[in-house]
Amino acid sequence: MNHVPDIYRIAPEVIFTLTGIAIMLLDASIPLSWPRRNLGWVAAIGTTCALWASVWQLSLPDGTGFFSTVETSPFTVFFHVLICGIVLVTLLLTLDTLPTGGHHQGEFYALVVFGAVGMCLLTSAVELLLVFIALEISSIATYILAGYRKHTGRGPEAAIKYFLLGSFATAFLLYGIALVFGATGTTQIYAIARLAPTAPNHGLVVAALAMMLVGLLFKVSAAPFHVWTPDVYEGSPTPVVALLSTAPKAAAFAVLLRVVYEMFPNLRSMWGPLLWVVAALSMTVGNLAALRQQNVKRMLAYSSIAHAGYLLAAFAGTGATGIAAASFYAAAYAAMNVGIFAVITLAAGYDENLSLIDDFRGLIYRTPLLGGMLIFFLISLIGIPFTGGFFGKFYSFTAAVNGGAVVLAIIGLLNSGLAAAYYLRLALASVQKPQATDAMAPKPQAGAAVIAAIFLAAAATLILGILPGATLQSAQTAARALQSPPEPPPATSSPIQSPQ
Amino acid sequence: MHLIDPLILKLILLAPLAGAVLIALLPDRTKLPNWIALLTTLLAFLFTLHLPAHFVTGQPGFQFEVNTPWIADPAISFHVGVDGLSLWLVVLTGLLAPVGVVASWNAIQSRRKIFYALFLVQQTAMLGVFVSLDLILYYGFWELSLVPMAILIAMYGRNQGAKAALKFFLFTFIPSAPLLVAIVWLYVRLGTFNFVDLQSQIASGVLPAGALFWVALAFLFAFAVKVPVFPLHGWLADTFNEAPVALTMIVAGKLGLYSLLRFHVGLFPQQARAIAPLVIALAVIGILYGACLALVQRDFWRLMAYAALSHLSLIVLGIYGFTFTGWTGAVYQILSHEMVDAALFLLLGALEVRYATTLIDSYGGVAARLPRTATYFVLATLAMIGLPMLSGFVGEFVILSTTFADVSRGWAIAAALGVILGAAYMLMLVQRLFYGPESPLVSSKPSPDLDFSELAILTPLVVLMLVMGLAPALWFNQIESGIHPPPSAAAQPVAEARP
Repeated sequence: MNHVPDIYRIAPEVIFTLTGIAIMLLDASIPLSWPRRNLGWVAAIGTTCALWASVWQLSLPDGTGFFSTVETSPFTVFFHVLICGIVLVTLLLTLDTLPTGGHHQGEFYALVVFGAVGMCLLTSAVELLLVFIALEISSIATYILAGYRKHTGRGPEAAIKYFLLGSFATAFLLYGIALVFGATGTTQIYAIARLAPTAPNHGLVVAALAMMLVGLLFKVSAAPFHVWTPDVYEGSPTPVVALLSTAPKAAAFAVLLRVVYEMFPNLRSMWGPLLWVVAALSMTVGNLAALRQQNVKRMLAYSSIAHAGYLLAAFAGTGATGIAAASFYAAAYAAMNVGIFAVITLAAGYDENLSLIDDFRGLIYRTPLLGGMLIFFLISLIGIPFTGGFFGKFYSFTAAVNGGAVVLAIIGLLNSGLAAAYYLRLALASVQKPQATDAMAPKPQAGAAVIAAIFLAAAATLILGILPGATLQSAQTAARALQSPPEPPPATSSPIQSPQ
Repeated sequence: MHLIDPLILKLILLAPLAGAVLIALLPDRTKLPNWIALLTTLLAFLFTLHLPAHFVTGQPGFQFEVNTPWIADPAISFHVGVDGLSLWLVVLTGLLAPVGVVASWNAIQSRRKIFYALFLVQQTAMLGVFVSLDLILYYGFWELSLVPMAILIAMYGRNQGAKAALKFFLFTFIPSAPLLVAIVWLYVRLGTFNFVDLQSQIASGVLPAGALFWVALAFLFAFAVKVPVFPLHGWLADTFNEAPVALTMIVAGKLGLYSLLRFHVGLFPQQARAIAPLVIALAVIGILYGACLALVQRDFWRLMAYAALSHLSLIVLGIYGFTFTGWTGAVYQILSHEMVDAALFLLLGALEVRYATTLIDSYGGVAARLPRTATYFVLATLAMIGLPMLSGFVGEFVILSTTFADVSRGWAIAAALGVILGAAYMLMLVQRLFYGPESPLVSSKPSPDLDFSELAILTPLVVLMLVMGLAPALWFNQIESGIHPPPSAAAQPVAEARP
């Protein structure tokens, strides 16, 4: 086996970090009168490079670097590409919609890129402490981004809620890591996977699993750890929500997959029923609450909780089927959700002139293309065939049925019928004739970047719906990579005796 | 074997879609979308005519079959084909598309681009339902057919469009959730979505009967809502009341009825037989209930909605009688009913455009002003109520007579009562709209009679009604060749199976 330099294992993260540092330095050094918007292009170019570097990592032999803390495998590449894609679309979206002047635009772009470092690292870390650090990197960036609209009351409120609840959840994760270290004497995921079944204190391992699940389920906003979601989404700027509702969740799901399928596969009897309940609860709670919302962003917040539930249904699938379905769903969900938030950003403007569902009435008459896009993404969220949302649900529930969870699949699909009601309310509002009393929102100004963003999201949603083969194949390769951990290096990681 | 045989179904599916894309790309000039839509639908109709022209009657299995792998795992393929059952339904769909375009010609005045683009997408979806032989592909088209419909109802609804659209969408979408679970469950157990494979594997009895009962029930439930069958018809009247005329023609009936025949009776003959008595009872209730409600409606779209419930229930009765003749009659009745309905809707839509109301009481004495409208309407009405020598008679007679002879006399008599009521409300409608003293509305709004395009599309329909009434044998042979009696002697009538 030829040796791979460690730095290659974290190439995308390195590129992201360098981009972020470059943006901050440029922001500080260029004259104040110069527009900061171009820094966004720097970030976008850096993200494209990182995306390319992630794909390039496929040519490396699978394996770990930096003393078995970071891994590259088809699994990490899948999620890297996904996260880089989301970040790229978000950056393109903000380029045209972020108001110029008065705001700390340079910081914004730098924070997005730094957040991406954390998310990418999260998916490739195979050492729990690194997982924790990566989670913090990504979380801190998103906490700040959530409060980016300082001038409104909602912005800081959102940031503080997110921060307090988020750090509380991270503490659970950290406690879980501590417990698993106590039980097995290591924090390396593969080592834990080997040692956990024979760990002398089984209760400790179970407690660790429970703690870690709490932390991760909070991050993916699954019920009953979802209460922060609507407030944070409502208060954050819409382009930030586009990022917030997709990329960190994808990363957290990647970690969740690692934890349950790679670290504790033999505890399936524990986490299986648990995630079953969480999945059913998330779908139902999310959809029932979304039905009652008038505010579009709150509605989509609850819908994202429901989607976390659909994704968790895939965890009922055994082995590679479940992992592949979950990964595919993460991709499909990300494409359509980024897309719909992009459309809403453009239609409502950064200052959210349109916030209620009724405000969107007649959108298709004002701007037919934008209205059409809104309907398209909503259709995908409903799960109509020939869109990414359908195959996401299809694979997820097929995995569930495969794993014997027929009831969960029925609950899930009935839920998607329920969900159709509120998605359609928005879609049908946008095709209704505008009434004379309706406040006319200014016609959105669409620049090239934001058009590219919406186009990318729409193309991804459509491709996932018509030709899902390629993505599914890479998801399956990723799943197999996660299923077959590399041979343990014999001497280096001799387990420390568990402290008794 | 004709040169384009392997391509024809793809062409049929792609033609409307291509037209939709073309309309979406070109500007919304005066009547440009209308013309593109008309030409596309006529072209697609010509393509569908290729099918009966080159169909080999008597050859078992599917013809014009295309089976291309689409997704490797799970194995979903683009598998389409027609047999005697779907053959004429495809042609019917092709025929009704230009009728729909003509019906919308004057009715749709704003946002033509969106209307016609979505209308054509709807055509593709419906044609796809009839030709799909892969369950996921089928499900895809089935769901896809909801979207343009819901959007168009919301956009062009008379006053409560959004509400009706939501109702329509949810009524059909929610029952298709168990349907998808059932399809997936079949796949997990049998490893295929291919209709033919599934049929033989289910017949071989490898699946536990208890689970199959629920799977079959999920199929039945999803289709019964779409038909609709009696207690599940809640969406029907509102949709008829709000939907643009061109869509009202296609919203109810054939998709659900075809699916019942192909995928419920066809895939699960034993389970379908077991539940047939219940469905028959519901169908007869639907016939009578629909007819009674139709008698008292004041709005002609609502009247047509309940009339449709009554007539469609009769076809359901034909399907679940489990007789070979009954099935043939049911398919024939689908063809006849959809065609007659299309003609009636076209005429009612023309009245609505001219007088801007749908209340029956506002009309009266229209025949003196619009004699051609009245003539065609009477002809179509006679076909609908089953006058001998017109198309409606054949199917009704076959269904009622087999029900009487092979299933149950009681149900047959009750159903015949519904048919009599049908004559009552339809003739009353004719009388109140066209005859009697001229109403103030009619005299205050001098309106032109049917124009050339409307005549050009109605005349072939009326001729066809006559031909279908006189020479049903032209269709029966091909339809019969498509109805394979399921292996387990399922073609025995239900009554004999009872202890």
